[in-house]
Amino acid sequence: MMNIAIPILTMAALGFFFALGLAVAYQKLKVEEDPKIEMVFELLPMANCGACGFSGCHAFAVAVVKGEVEPNGCPVGGEEVATNIADALGLSAGEVIRKVARVHCRGNREAAKTRGQYLGIPSCAASHLVGGNKQCSFGCMGFGDCVDACLFDAMYMGNDGLPVILEEKCSACGKCVDACPRGIIELHPIAQNIMVFCQSLDSGKTARKVCKNACIACGICVRACPEGIIMEDNLAKITDQTKISPEQITAIEKCPTKAIGRIHKEEYER
Amino acid sequence: MELLALFISAILVNNFVLYYFLGICPFLGVSKKIDSALSMGLAVTFVMTITAVVSWMINHWILIPYKLDYLQIVSFILVIASLVQLVEMFIRKASPALYQALGIYLPLITTNCAIMGLALLAALKNFSFLKTVTFGIGSGLGFTLAIVLMASIREQLDLSDVPKPLKGAGIALIVAGIMALAFQGFSGMIK
Repeated sequence: MMNIAIPILTMAALGFFFALGLAVAYQKLKVEEDPKIEMVFELLPMANCGACGFSGCHAFAVAVVKGEVEPNGCPVGGEEVATNIADALGLSAGEVIRKVARVHCRGNREAAKTRGQYLGIPSCAASHLVGGNKQCSFGCMGFGDCVDACLFDAMYMGNDGLPVILEEKCSACGKCVDACPRGIIELHPIAQNIMVFCQSLDSGKTARKVCKNACIACGICVRACPEGIIMEDNLAKITDQTKISPEQITAIEKCPTKAIGRIHKEEYER
Repeated sequence: MELLALFISAILVNNFVLYYFLGICPFLGVSKKIDSALSMGLAVTFVMTITAVVSWMINHWILIPYKLDYLQIVSFILVIASLVQLVEMFIRKASPALYQALGIYLPLITTNCAIMGLALLAALKNFSFLKTVTFGIGSGLGFTLAIVLMASIREQLDLSDVPKPLKGAGIALIVAGIMALAFQGFSGMIK
């Protein structure tokens, strides 16, 4: 009998001793945390992608509870999460406009001329340091830093050497935007259906020489819709998508290099 | 002199990570940045030292007198788990940033076999109290040394062109293996 009792009592005593120690330590070292933070944290998608501008989902939850950001600050969660958080905290959710990343370059292998063979580290950041592999110093280099940065498998490198974004998977976290050393990727509202597929600020002559699909600053689009499109540093720029009527879009699509136009679904199925 | 030899051998010759291959989980998990690796090493050193002291006391004052040696593993786990809880609470209070950086690996010190290995080895070799403490501090510093070296190498690795199939854990394990080979060079130092 004693053979069983002694070990049991010993372990119980030890356990009690340590539990007591921890209980005392807990009281001394307690960290006060708003229970709301935990509540908001559990509603988040837990992607920890940092798209909201905070270091992770927990940091975002802290900021929402403190009122530093609106509940709709999480681009990954979108409207659903925003509503849930707003309900939980008794706030208004605010409107969530779903955005997607889009590539402002059509300088694929066929269209854009190369400067020579680049044999360095296969990354856009490294290639950009030495001026890139293409004659166009604004276009996509095609090493896929953006694809590597994507946390949601929403990007892949197309056969023509340009990244492809799967809009249904894109959560607009902005990782690819940051990854691109040339700032070719931008976030657009998903409803926007017309864009400029070029970033080149070269003069029309140079731009045309280095890439068949470059904006050559001819101004056809600006003449078609002066309210919504302007020419800035040899590059057409859409200032207000809402002012472009469907007829004007047809006129805009006369662009000789197709550097501006509708976003076609086929674009994403290369 | 004997204590010094034990201390040095715990750091270099019988290094827990690179000789016994214990505690590989945090060794690979928290060795991406030197700062957090150092903090992790120090946290493990602290837990190891206190574990060595407390487990010696439990072993020699309670378990051996009552012939309960077979309870060693259970009671040592109890000691380690409680200490890790304590360290976790302390770090959370003292440095929330460090708490975030260590993340899941902090509570995982509980299941770090290096610490369990330390308590059991000290009991097995029947070390005196002083020797146990020396062994604990030495082993902790040895772990810190290994993890900080590893972190320095991995910071450099991030900048180098690693072949794709080896990226991440693959190259880390290869580096760990080469480090272990290098540490074998110390084995002739102390008989």
